[in-house]
Amino acid sequence: MNSTVEDSGTEQRLPKPQEKPVLARFLRRYGTQVGILTVFGLMWLSFIILAPRTFLSPQIYLAFMSTIPFFAIVALPLTMLVIAGEMDLSFPSIMAIGMVAFVAVLNSTGNVFLALLAGLAAGFLAGLLNGAIVVGIGLPSLVVTIGTQFFWRGAVLVLLNGKSYPLVAAKGSFIYSLLVGKLAGIPMQMIWLVVIAVVVWVLLNRHRFGANIYVIGDNKQTAELMGVNTARTRMLMFALVGVAAAFAGILASLQVSFFWPSLGEGYLLNTLAAVFLGGTSVFGGVGTILGTFIGSFIIGAIQAAIVAIGLTGFWTELIYGLIIILSVSMHAILRRRVE
Amino acid sequence: MNADYRLELKNISKSFGEVKSLQNVNFNLGRNEVVGLLGDNGAGKSTLIKIITGYHQPDEGEIFCDGQKIDHLTVPRARELGIETVYQERALAELQSLWRNIFIGRELSNSLGFLKVKEMNAETERLMLGSMGFTSTAVTPESAIKTFSGGEKQGVAIVRALFFDAEIIVLDEPTMGLSLKETRKLLNFVRSIKEAGKSAIFIDHNIFHVYSVADRVVVLDRGRVAGEFMTTAIGLNDLMDKMYRVAETGSFD
Repeated sequence: MNSTVEDSGTEQRLPKPQEKPVLARFLRRYGTQVGILTVFGLMWLSFIILAPRTFLSPQIYLAFMSTIPFFAIVALPLTMLVIAGEMDLSFPSIMAIGMVAFVAVLNSTGNVFLALLAGLAAGFLAGLLNGAIVVGIGLPSLVVTIGTQFFWRGAVLVLLNGKSYPLVAAKGSFIYSLLVGKLAGIPMQMIWLVVIAVVVWVLLNRHRFGANIYVIGDNKQTAELMGVNTARTRMLMFALVGVAAAFAGILASLQVSFFWPSLGEGYLLNTLAAVFLGGTSVFGGVGTILGTFIGSFIIGAIQAAIVAIGLTGFWTELIYGLIIILSVSMHAILRRRVE
Repeated sequence: MNADYRLELKNISKSFGEVKSLQNVNFNLGRNEVVGLLGDNGAGKSTLIKIITGYHQPDEGEIFCDGQKIDHLTVPRARELGIETVYQERALAELQSLWRNIFIGRELSNSLGFLKVKEMNAETERLMLGSMGFTSTAVTPESAIKTFSGGEKQGVAIVRALFFDAEIIVLDEPTMGLSLKETRKLLNFVRSIKEAGKSAIFIDHNIFHVYSVADRVVVLDRGRVAGEFMTTAIGLNDLMDKMYRVAETGSFD
């Protein structure tokens, strides 16, 4: 340790240490990803065995690609938020408030592109408000976003007087086919999901923003002592979840050419289940985008499988609840073992 | 203002609610000087350190670095000025990899903020084999910090402070939780800072540690500077007597 002071910045190359335990190291690094992929493979196999007619036909996969993105698109930025040790339960209502802005601009201007921008902006602002309350007043995000969840849902109902709106005017527009059309038979929302997954992955793993997120979730005091702007990073994360929620709400509404004020209400459980099943720690500091991506498809497939296997739809919530409890517990136990 | 000082703090006061942590504290650090900061629990050592590192902003008082007044000292600004800190809390992110810990808050990145992961990995590996003295093949730049021993974690915190060309190194209770051997290594390291022509502020509960490496000792008591001594001019026993008297009565005599 004597010579430490001088040798910062020189390019003296030392031999690499021998890389013997390659497999062990690989598993330590990518354990959760390997785990989630294994779960995915096993579940898929069992679905094929239990309901071969459903899971061997290509239609079911097209259906997955058209419906799973609606919640997976929110699950991805939500994963970043959970890694940073925060939570957002208000996104189902933000999906709807974004659509209120969309409908308002669409009906007054007839311009779908402007409507899209308005919807995204509303989502951004609603998310930013979550962040401002959490960071500015210093409250737990779990409680704040329960509040804003009710607030925005109430705002939607008050503003629209509980009415729903057809979106036939948007159908046939370029934006419509760009958002929920088909490309070579693949639903556009699936392509958007992949694009967003790549963007979020890069942001989380290859950008300073993501580096800050991991440190904040791991140890907020460390982040502050090391000069990370925790307030800005956290606010921006909430805003990103808001934008994603509004975007998902627009996709889901355009898909059926109709906007119900209850939009988003069915998405809370499966989105959270996808995040936690994907291996993101409820304690923060740990989580992967691949995990959430695969987790979303497992959750989506379970919904289909429950029906295909012959159980009633009532089972879905029970099973989602079970998945959340099991994956969160499993993670807590694994974490205790390494400490 | 005196340009001969590396760092100078004038009339610094800081309160947290009703608690007056620091009252009109004057403190300076010379070029190539190691100053030991002593004081009982609650004397204001950590608050003073956190003001120097930009984590807390003083309510009153002025800060000069190389004779230049620094108006709003933040953590990033302090780092630009070459003030690096090894915190009592280590300030590590235990679940993250070694390379992420080395570069917290100032990752090597391009102008758009995209990380240069390969470069950070290579730098970390070089530091591991050189300064940190990790030789085990089980430890790689991707290893999570939580598997490291107390001394290894301290090594990471120190190497991190040195990597970015520190001019002033602040060590806040660095021997806490270290074994005897690791403590000796650490004290040698503080001496090496001096040999390299840099300055250091060394805070420790242990008066023996401070006395053995510091050029000058500043004693804080209840938020005030109670006095300062050159270690060449005072014996260890005298210093200890004075410390006890200050803690009990608030004055040296």
